[in-house]
Amino acid sequence: MNIFNILEEIEKADPDFHDRINPRRAAIKNITSFGSKIAVAALPFAMGTIFQKAYGQTLPQSVTDILNFALKLEFLESAFYTQGLAAKSLVPTGGDTTAITTMSTQEKAHVVFLQTTLGSSAILQTTQGTNGTYDFTAAGLFSTVFTNYDTFLAVANGFEDTGVRAYKGQVPALIGNQTVLTAALSIHSVEARHAATIRQLRSLRPAGPATIKPWITGANDTGNANLFNNYVGEDNVIQDNITITSLNALNGTVAVNAATEAFDEPLTLAQVLSLVAPFGVK
Amino acid sequence: MEKTNTQTNHLNSDDSGGRGAGMERRAFLKYAGTGAAILGLAGSSCKKSTGNSPVNKNTVDLGSGDTGILNYAYALEQLEAAFYTQVIATPYTGITAAETAILTDIRDHEVAHRAFYKAALGSGALAPLVADFSQINFADRTNVLDAAKGFEDLGVAAYNGVAYLIQDAANLTIAAKIVSVEARHSAAIRNILTTGTASPFSTFADATVIQPSALNNVANPYNGLEASRLPSQVLPTVNQYITVNLTATKLP
Repeated sequence: MNIFNILEEIEKADPDFHDRINPRRAAIKNITSFGSKIAVAALPFAMGTIFQKAYGQTLPQSVTDILNFALKLEFLESAFYTQGLAAKSLVPTGGDTTAITTMSTQEKAHVVFLQTTLGSSAILQTTQGTNGTYDFTAAGLFSTVFTNYDTFLAVANGFEDTGVRAYKGQVPALIGNQTVLTAALSIHSVEARHAATIRQLRSLRPAGPATIKPWITGANDTGNANLFNNYVGEDNVIQDNITITSLNALNGTVAVNAATEAFDEPLTLAQVLSLVAPFGVK
Repeated sequence: MEKTNTQTNHLNSDDSGGRGAGMERRAFLKYAGTGAAILGLAGSSCKKSTGNSPVNKNTVDLGSGDTGILNYAYALEQLEAAFYTQVIATPYTGITAAETAILTDIRDHEVAHRAFYKAALGSGALAPLVADFSQINFADRTNVLDAAKGFEDLGVAAYNGVAYLIQDAANLTIAAKIVSVEARHSAAIRNILTTGTASPFSTFADATVIQPSALNNVANPYNGLEASRLPSQVLPTVNQYITVNLTATKLP
C-alpha cells in the first residue's frame, strides 16, 4: 500500500481530511523528502486509524461485508497460532518457532488493522466458535492438531493457502477502490508468504509430505486428504481463456505443474465459509 | 569468464534465454557489485539511480489503461524470466540440489507469466526487452539470491501498487493470481538465504517488506501489510536491468 498516494486520494474525496490529520501530515511530508525505507519504517501512526477516520462511518455495506469476512478468517488464524505457540512441546525451537511467531504476530496485526478500519461495524470475536473458542480439530478431523506438530502444520498449510484464496476471491468486488483493494492485496501477499513458509517447514519434516513445494502444485498437494476441498480448482491451467500449457516455454510448452503453480486460484466467499465452518467460523 | 558472455539477455526469448544474443556488452565495471544493494532499496523512489544511465537509452512508454498496466506486468515478468533463466544456465558456486529445484521452478513460473502476458497482449505487447544483468555476479550465491529477493519483492510491491488502477475484473484477477505466487517466491528465496544461519526463517515477512505502524509495540511490531509501489517508483529499478528506458507517463 502506498500510503502517500492514499492520503492524496482521501483528500480528494474528503477536503477536511488534511486538516483532521494535519500534524501527522506534516510529519509524512518530511518523511517523503527522505524517501528511504528507514524513514517509512518510522511512520508514526496506524494506517487503520487513518482509514477509519476517513471512511469508518461511510464504508459501503458491500465493503464492510468483505472486511468482516476477512476479519473472521484473521480471528481464526490468530487464535490458531496463539494456541499452537501456547501448546507445550508442540512447535520446535529454532526456525519453526521463529516462523510461527512471526505469523502469529502478523495475523494479530491483521485483526487489529481490520477492526480499526471497520470501527463499530467490526464483528466481535466472541460471535465465532463457541463464545469465541474454536474447534481446531474440526470435529475430530485433525484430532492431534495441538499435540502433533505435523498435524498442526497441515492445518496451518490449509488455513494459509485458503486465506490467500479467500482474499483473492474478493478482489474483483473491490475493483477501483484504491484504499481497500490495496490494503486487501497487501494482506493477501503476506498470507502467501506465510503459506510458502509453512510449506517449506513441512518439507523439512521427516514425516512431512516429501514432494510439497512453497507453491501449490496441481490440486491438493498437501498430503492430507482432509484438505481436499481447500484446493478445488488449483489445478486450473486456463487463465483468461488462454491455455497456459499451450504456450511456449524454454523447451517445448509450459509444463502442467508449472502452469498450475504459476497461478494461485481464488475461492468464493461461500466456498471459504463452508471450509472454515467445521472450525467454528460463522 | 562466463559472466562476460552473459551481460545481455533477450527477455522474451522462449528457447534459450538469449544469452549474449549479439548485443554489445555494456560498460558495467563501475557498477559491479551494487546490484543487490540497489534492488534491496527498490522502494526508495527518491533514490538516485546508480545503474545504467538513461541518457543513452531509448525510451519506451508503457501506454495507458489496462494495456499499459499489462505491459508493465509483462516487462516485470520478462525481467524475472530472463534473470532466472540465467541463474539456471550458469549456476552459482555451491548451489545445492534443493536450491536448484526451487530456482528452476521459479524460472518456469516466470517464463509462464511472461508467455501469458505476451499472449494476452497480442499486438498490443511491448517489443521484447533486452536484459542487462552486468550488476549481478551470477557465480556468487549471495549476490544471485539477494538479486532474486529484490526482484520478487519489487514484483509483489508493483502488483500490489498498480492493482487499483486495473479496470477490467478479469485482468485484476489475473494480477491477484500472479502476485501471491511472486510473494511465495520471495518467501522461498528469503528462507533459502537464512538456511544454515543463526536465524533460520527470520526474514520471509520481515520489516523490509511489511509496513510497520504505530501498532509498533511488542505484541504488534508491524501492521502486517505488505508494501506497495507505483510504476513511477518501480521503473527506476527496472530500468537498471534493461537496455531501454521504460516510462509510464500515463500511469502514476
